Amino acid sequence: MLTEYTTTADVTGPLLIVEHVSGVGYDELVEVEMASGEKRRGKVLEVHNDRAVIQMFEGTSGMNVPETRIRFQGDVLKLAVSNDLLGRTFSGSGAPRDGQAEIIPDEMRDINGSPINPAARAYPNDFIQTGISTIDGMNTLVLGQKLPIFSGSGLPHSKLAAQIARQASVPSSKRQGGIDFAIVFAAMGITFEEAEFFINDFTTRGAMERSVLFINLADDPAVERIATPRMALTAAEYLAYTKHMHVLVIMTDMTKYAEALREVSSARKEVPGRRGYPGYLYSDLATLYERAGRIQGEQGSITQLPILSMPEDDKTHPIPDLTGYITEGQIVLARDLHQRGIYPPVQVLGSLSRLMPKGIGEGKTREDHSGVANQLFASYARGQEVRELATILGEGSLTDTDKKYLEFVQRFEKEFVQQGVDENRTIEDTLAIGWRLLSILPKNELKRVKVEYIEKYAD
Amino acid sequence: MTTKNITGKIEKVSGPLVVAGDMRGANIQDVVRVGPSGLIGEIIELHGDTASVQVYEETSGLKPGDVVTSTGAPLSLLLGPGMLGAIYDGIQRPLDVIQASHGAFIARGAEAPALDEDKKWQFTATREKGSEVTGGDIIGTVQEGPLVHSVMVPPHVSGILISIASGQSTVQDTLGEVKTSSGTHALRLAQRWPIRVPRPVQRKLVPTTPLVTGQRVIDTFFPIAKGGTSAIPGPFGSGKSVAQQQLAKWSDADVIVYIGCGERGNEMTDVLLEFPELTDPKTGESLMKRTILIANTSNMPVAAREASVYTGMTIAEYFRDMGYSVALMADSTSRWAEALREMSGRLEEMPGDEGYPAYLGSRTAQFYERAGIADVLGTPGRQGSLTAIGAVSPPGGDLSEPVTQNTLSVVKVFWGLEERLAYRRHYPAINWLTSYSLYLDQLASYFEEHAGHRWNTLRAEAMSILQQEAALDEIVRLVGLEALSKHEQLVLHIARMIREDYLQQNAYDEVDTFTSLHKQYRMLSLLLTLYTKADSRLREQDFSMQSFLALSVLPEISRSKFIAEHDVDTAFDVLQASIDSAVASLTSQ
Repeated sequence: MLTEYTTTADVTGPLLIVEHVSGVGYDELVEVEMASGEKRRGKVLEVHNDRAVIQMFEGTSGMNVPETRIRFQGDVLKLAVSNDLLGRTFSGSGAPRDGQAEIIPDEMRDINGSPINPAARAYPNDFIQTGISTIDGMNTLVLGQKLPIFSGSGLPHSKLAAQIARQASVPSSKRQGGIDFAIVFAAMGITFEEAEFFINDFTTRGAMERSVLFINLADDPAVERIATPRMALTAAEYLAYTKHMHVLVIMTDMTKYAEALREVSSARKEVPGRRGYPGYLYSDLATLYERAGRIQGEQGSITQLPILSMPEDDKTHPIPDLTGYITEGQIVLARDLHQRGIYPPVQVLGSLSRLMPKGIGEGKTREDHSGVANQLFASYARGQEVRELATILGEGSLTDTDKKYLEFVQRFEKEFVQQGVDENRTIEDTLAIGWRLLSILPKNELKRVKVEYIEKYAD
Repeated sequence: MTTKNITGKIEKVSGPLVVAGDMRGANIQDVVRVGPSGLIGEIIELHGDTASVQVYEETSGLKPGDVVTSTGAPLSLLLGPGMLGAIYDGIQRPLDVIQASHGAFIARGAEAPALDEDKKWQFTATREKGSEVTGGDIIGTVQEGPLVHSVMVPPHVSGILISIASGQSTVQDTLGEVKTSSGTHALRLAQRWPIRVPRPVQRKLVPTTPLVTGQRVIDTFFPIAKGGTSAIPGPFGSGKSVAQQQLAKWSDADVIVYIGCGERGNEMTDVLLEFPELTDPKTGESLMKRTILIANTSNMPVAAREASVYTGMTIAEYFRDMGYSVALMADSTSRWAEALREMSGRLEEMPGDEGYPAYLGSRTAQFYERAGIADVLGTPGRQGSLTAIGAVSPPGGDLSEPVTQNTLSVVKVFWGLEERLAYRRHYPAINWLTSYSLYLDQLASYFEEHAGHRWNTLRAEAMSILQQEAALDEIVRLVGLEALSKHEQLVLHIARMIREDYLQQNAYDEVDTFTSLHKQYRMLSLLLTLYTKADSRLREQDFSMQSFLALSVLPEISRSKFIAEHDVDTAFDVLQASIDSAVASLTSQ
């Protein structure tokens, strides 16, 4: 029988401070029963002798001081995992949200997980074909990578993430029968409509039965969001390393997650770092992002696609900034491309996939891939400079070569970047478009591709 | 000194910080064991009876009242043969051994000895019984892969060697004994040293030899000395980690200590998988055999991250003491500073700039001051060097933030990475206008003797062309290229060649990844010969820029970076010879 305390001293923001407790462990799970009989959960953030600070996952609204009953559970917050996870929808704190029964657990897992031993990791280098040229061709995603989408309000990041989830395939494994991605979706503080968009998308194309959803909406308690991605990743780890599946984890919106963290931090009166976010935001984000990866001798993998909205499209804001330092690249969406009607509005030059060099080339994509990608980057960068020059000095002042670059840059955006929401290009298609565009430029400008490839692949 | 086992009780737990009462008599920086599973921690503050402890592992489940026991000794490493090729966490737990015993995920409380305790090493004594020894004296050697691992008398021990024997020995066996003024001291293959105390040297020297890195922009323009210090700040995506790895691969040091401090797990994996495949040009053995990895990735406990840079530094000093040239890379020191900030916040200290503790500057300086070239302790007399290269990750790429500023005030070389260059895939994205090296003068004579007699002149000329380009670019942006004189246009073209054909270097190309000093010299003289000859022709006879750009030698120069090292002289002789006829063919058409 668990001891029950009614010794609440303070309720402040999402925090509950309880006195005269004994035997309470740090990080322990707490069940709180309110006067109304409603039960909520929380965890211990700090214990100081007989005083415990509890963070309530579902907030403190409606609580009062004398009648709140607190039971410490003697264990950390755990998620029930089993094969039945697939096809289910849960709330942000792990309760079934689809009207079905609780799952019968195979195992109870600590949602914080344990860090992967760096010596046990396998280096991610299997090409994932997303069917999107700007990603496959120039910012290649590989199995086990964490590649965030840096977006802003009003940009079609959800559409892009859903398209990736829909089209993602691993060509190298097709030869051995092919694989299907299991999808774990964590929604943190997004709107009902945005969540519905994903749910509909998964349902209409029959992906629901290999998906697990954790949904915390904008009107759900903010603090619950801190647990949501951890639940999702715990489910993902179970599917990847116990059930040997390839798992694609979509987490949206990381900005709302970080804001919830800030809320707790300020309620605890901690010394703030940049823009009021706690000083440990980097370490905290890392405990989520670093759960992506591959493990030696293990079939399954976890690939992460976190989505974050950059306040005012500012990449130096702490959330995109710290994320970029942890993740293996980023896909940046550009407002100007979006306004010109280009979908997906991937800002090619600002995007990056760090794992690309080892995930492409002969045997993975094609021998000329790296050269073509480098050449497209360099030419597009040069083309943009030319475009700027043309706006200042007029097109007439451009040299013949520069005029070619101008043509290149226009067509690159129309033909390479732009594609349909359902257009699934193979890597060969993507490279072919790349070569077609490069053929606009004089041959001696193509310094980044090997001469033999120019002869072999250029039209 | 007697070891006192002081036992107290936990009063407070807040993340990695534990406050324990009843700890009177414990020393600051003592290692303590916390709670029922004996988690490792270190005392970082004492107030009367209470001790603040930073715990190197996840603290969930710890309760007030749980036991805290002091071991009476500071956090120390076991230094001896068997470290080369190893991968440790921030407090020297061997991660590969832990993987074998605990699986792919790091379990709490996992422990394993830092050095293989069963492995036998062939020890060859070089000193005789009865001789007088002092700290740092080499008493014998062990062959460790390609490296001769010297077994040294620990720094503070001196006396008469009363016994010593060659033979097979484990790191724990006694090899011999020293009779000191206070008793006898057993000598073993391995010795302990506290991580926060610099290992002493006889005297520090001024560095005059470059650490050759094979990276053109670094060796030619911003060289670092053996025993020097350098910082690589840059926003994310500017190629810090690739640059650090390139240095770890190709630097002509004997031993590399690579600290992954709060960075990505996959980067350590990359090193672990790639280095064994690469060959050290000096020894012909795999690069991993000269490398020690310290991996405390971003998701591993924060307190151990704080310790990891000291762990790496202490190991590096140990090899320096043998007389080796050691290069230490810390990626990234910003994460170390953040760990300091986090602990400082939990200790409720008054924050300084951006929440960092007020002692950030002094800690940073103390860390980099452990680098240097020195006459090390003991006989035979020898010199060892320790080069420290720290990556800095400034938030938002803003170099005015405290970690960058504190670092720049102590290091001598600044390699400023720029996002704008990385955007254009100009790698390494080191800005040639803002970076600097304060070793240029000290190293000038070395380069003249070993790389080429005109090295320093060529370097200065090339740098001046790049600087002219920056000024001319401003004009072009306002009034267009046509407004420039032919000479200025030529400068622009040559500058572009220096940038694209010299400064840019592809880490993923088999040949381009490393360029010897000799090849750098040949490449640079080729480019500058072209410039000088074309420029002097321009003064005699006008020619058009189209005819210059159409020269067939230009693409050949572009590709000269891909000329293999063993073909350098033949290939460059041909290229160099073709320049005269090329320049002579320039016309005004």
